[in-house]
Amino acid sequence: MTLDVEQIRKDFPILERETRPGVRVTYLDSTATSQKPVQVIEAMNDYYRRSNANIHRGVHTLAEEATSMYEGAREKIAKFINAASSREVIYTRNTTESINLVAYAWARAKLKTGDLVILTEMEHHSNLVPWHMLQMERGIELDFIPVTEEGLLDLETYKSLLDRRPKLISFTHMSNVLGTVNPAAEIIRLGHDAGAVVLVDGAQSVPHLKVDVQALDADFYAFSAHKMCGPTGIGVLYGKSTLLESMPPFLGGGDMIKEVKLRSFRPNTLPHKFEAGTPAIAEAVGFGVAVDYLSAVGMERIAAHEHEIIEYALDRLEEIPGVKLFGPSADKKGGVAAFTLEGVHPHDVAQILDRDGIAVRAGHHCAQPLHEKFGIPATSRASFYLYNTMQEVDLLVNGIYKVKEMFG
Amino acid sequence: MDDLYREIIIEHYKNPSHRGKLDPHDISFADNNPLCGDHIQIDLRVGTDGLITDARFDGHGCAISQASADLLIESIIGKPLEEVKKLNKESILEMLGIDLGPVRLKCALLSLKVLKAGVYGLGEASDDLVE
Repeated sequence: MTLDVEQIRKDFPILERETRPGVRVTYLDSTATSQKPVQVIEAMNDYYRRSNANIHRGVHTLAEEATSMYEGAREKIAKFINAASSREVIYTRNTTESINLVAYAWARAKLKTGDLVILTEMEHHSNLVPWHMLQMERGIELDFIPVTEEGLLDLETYKSLLDRRPKLISFTHMSNVLGTVNPAAEIIRLGHDAGAVVLVDGAQSVPHLKVDVQALDADFYAFSAHKMCGPTGIGVLYGKSTLLESMPPFLGGGDMIKEVKLRSFRPNTLPHKFEAGTPAIAEAVGFGVAVDYLSAVGMERIAAHEHEIIEYALDRLEEIPGVKLFGPSADKKGGVAAFTLEGVHPHDVAQILDRDGIAVRAGHHCAQPLHEKFGIPATSRASFYLYNTMQEVDLLVNGIYKVKEMFG
Repeated sequence: MDDLYREIIIEHYKNPSHRGKLDPHDISFADNNPLCGDHIQIDLRVGTDGLITDARFDGHGCAISQASADLLIESIIGKPLEEVKKLNKESILEMLGIDLGPVRLKCALLSLKVLKAGVYGLGEASDDLVE
């Protein structure tokens, strides 16, 4: 059941990188973006060397090849999240664009002044700002599921918020700061019972957990390739086909049309209706290979490996005097450890760790309101993925002791 | 890189000599570094002759941002307000005596941006103030 991490690490050339002479990188920032296996890098390289052409329009060999690679990747992604059909998988640039697509195309068509949208206090900026913008433009109301001291969503308050008949619930499946894995199925079921549409921000969950959009019964589900061993510049909006069909198009242009006249157009069918212009083709190809890679390793095994590491990491970090951890215990979270070190700003922690090649994130991780909630301007964050080891946790802990010494 | 945490920076971070607020003051301005949430407020008292008679900074942030604020305040007390307008990126780097990458440069320059925005009476501490 356990992962052969040493074997996996061989697939990630960047993990051999020295950030200073004799200092190999210890990459603990996969929550920001994951590293890419050589299989993904080579597939994209190969696409440009052998098959590059624009998709859907050409009839020549290269165009056909490029089209089937682009659409083949969509099939793989649909299967990976168990979508009922690949028509329900819309390529976007990233999770942020996926959420914006819902805010522009679905919400602007369906929501009016006074309609309630429920978010949570643990959202990152991409699931806050599109709704702030809609609030300014349309006068919708926003309310928030609170986060408890432990770092969990307060579901009792959520239930009472539902009495106000919200039109949309939008929440993160897994927090990028606290690591909390939210009870998505329950949140969705309760939302549906109240008559709401539910959008899930899956940027952190799809890379780390087995996600089944049909079992969850999510209406919309957003995620990015680059956090799951794929390239930057491509993401997905999954949507139930009935909902996607009912929505006006998002961006206008080539590929999203069935027919264009001088004064009018007819939109294309799904999924192309929402994909205007030449898309990120090589990136789609890389995304498909990333999904193959993760499937071959096995999502359950990846989740189990990360669980082992985070359990160990929380234990070790807790032992360090002055370290304060944020978020729930290991059984309720993914591989994310956000912490503060007394008397030292997170930026300084990160900078000093970097001298030993240890890459952690410092700041508010695009979740400023959540940090305000906990009364801190910033945290340091170490996050783990399939290629991380227990030894790397030890390096982190030793590094933090060095920081303490320096500022002691 | 070791230079980044030279004694002088750690010392000014841990024991700043000009941290606090001035009440009353002639000029007061505060702003954040949106990247990391660092926050700096600067209060000034200015004499009728245009000289800065007293100055304080307050806020929170990394060692680089707080130490450079303390060094900056130290350097402007007793100087004409007009001279503040001439300070730029190089002035701060000279005070710190280190070289900084693009991310940490923002930390180091926050206090100067806040100071200049206050002196010019602007609404926001923008990057072009320290170019």
